[in-house]
Amino acid sequence: MSSAQPFSTTTFDIAESGIDWKKFGSTLLSQVGYPIAGIVILISIWWLGGWAIASNPDTESFADFAPAPAFSKLLELFTNGYIWEAAIPSLERIGLGLLWAVVIGVPVGVAVGLYSNLQKLTNIPFQLLRMISPLAWMPIAVLAFSTWSGAIVFLIAIAAVWPILFSTAQGVRRMDPLWFKIAKNLGADSLKMLIKVILPAIGQDIFAGIRLAVGVAWIVLVPAEYLGVTSGLGYAINDARDTLEYDTLAAMVVVIGVIGFFLDGICVFLIKKFSWHQEG
Amino acid sequence: MSANINIDFISHTFKGQEKPTLKDIALNIAAGERVALIGRSGCGKSTLLHMLAGLLIPSEGCVRIKSHQVTKPSAKWNMMFQKPSLYPWMNVRKNIELGLTFAGVKDPEKIDYLLDLVDLSDKADAHVQSLSGGQQQRVALARSLATSPEVLLLDEPFSALDAFTRASLQDEVAGITEKEDLTMVLVTHDIDEAVAMGDRVLIMSANPGSIVGEVKVDLPFPRERSSSEFNLVKEQLMKTFESLVGDSAPVNISPIESHATEPEDKADAA
Repeated sequence: MSSAQPFSTTTFDIAESGIDWKKFGSTLLSQVGYPIAGIVILISIWWLGGWAIASNPDTESFADFAPAPAFSKLLELFTNGYIWEAAIPSLERIGLGLLWAVVIGVPVGVAVGLYSNLQKLTNIPFQLLRMISPLAWMPIAVLAFSTWSGAIVFLIAIAAVWPILFSTAQGVRRMDPLWFKIAKNLGADSLKMLIKVILPAIGQDIFAGIRLAVGVAWIVLVPAEYLGVTSGLGYAINDARDTLEYDTLAAMVVVIGVIGFFLDGICVFLIKKFSWHQEG
Repeated sequence: MSANINIDFISHTFKGQEKPTLKDIALNIAAGERVALIGRSGCGKSTLLHMLAGLLIPSEGCVRIKSHQVTKPSAKWNMMFQKPSLYPWMNVRKNIELGLTFAGVKDPEKIDYLLDLVDLSDKADAHVQSLSGGQQQRVALARSLATSPEVLLLDEPFSALDAFTRASLQDEVAGITEKEDLTMVLVTHDIDEAVAMGDRVLIMSANPGSIVGEVKVDLPFPRERSSSEFNLVKEQLMKTFESLVGDSAPVNISPIESHATEPEDKADAA
């Protein structure tokens, strides 16, 4: 009995203090430690690459790609507002392109998910269209739209529509068929069925599709902005390359990565918000 | 307010099938009556119930509820299924009031009354996925009652529940149909359930599905399952079923005897 006393006292003390330090340390490591370590490794590789470029007489003119000049330039561009000047037009184009992709992709996805004959009818054409590189539409976009910006929005939309459409359709197909029967039985018309049953049921699928679409759209944006526009992150990178400002180029690459990361974070937040699966 | 049901020589053949699933079913169910339909799997019980709900239109004949031909679903004749299929993005209260939401009606007092009726007042704001199977089926029942239906159609609603919860819900639902003055049609495989809940038990045979007999259950509610009267009716029903449909009972005769049927079910499933 006496040997058990110190052990039980210790347990009591931990419970009383309300903090499980071992668990806290483990959580801190997984939530903060690993992500920071990942960033440090990435920057180290970048730094090593920069050092290798600077050490080689053939490539030393590209030395400004290294982290130190890039971050120094990033701070300067952030302070003088150049980053916002470049990012805002890009974000507007991404926003408009995604908006069109949602406006087309969600209703078509719902219809394809609801009607199996429509799914059979559209499956091959949609799969064929999906496989075309969005940038392959560039000549058509340039011909079809009177402004460069319009053409870029079109390219983003055509890249982003497929993940949204397919994810939406898959979400509808996964719905419990009884939800439809019960809603009909309770007096739902088509519009109420859509608003109260279908859209809440597939909200997480729509945002999962949007998350994939954001990734694709963000990838398409930069080469699309190499088109005739004189604004945007893609243009800024192209311009930095032409003017041999490699620190600006590297800084803009960082900006693209950071904005993409935050856009993805917003999508993850929305997926969680609209998810009705109970977390175990 | 209950409603009478008139089934006027219904026959139904599904697309792509040659033989009819249902053939010449004619039946009158009085307002406020509780009818149980029993029969083997695939005899068309659920098909018939879907027709009463307006979820399926018969190839021939028609269903009338209170003299109105049933051509589409209505909140006045509500169906409860084997799975509660609650909407998991809504809490308990929102699930129950869904029918009223569709009708554009707000009636929080009615929802409170229904929550109390199904003994879930303390779970009004709970996530439906956190409820037990029996509690979920209670929410489904309250959801079906929220639109003040005249007819309650039950498609094996308790078959997925454990024996104790099932018996308790059978008594609860039978009591609620009496209290709320509802006509009830129950489809079940379970003879105990049919005797516990029905004023009349109809026996269906298959190929094609038709009603071949009936047994009246003239016992007061709630029905004591261990009473000799209950067992007498059960025995009579089993004998009638055997003589009309086949040489064995549909499925669960009692929790003990149901084990005897288990290997057969597993073989069927395999």
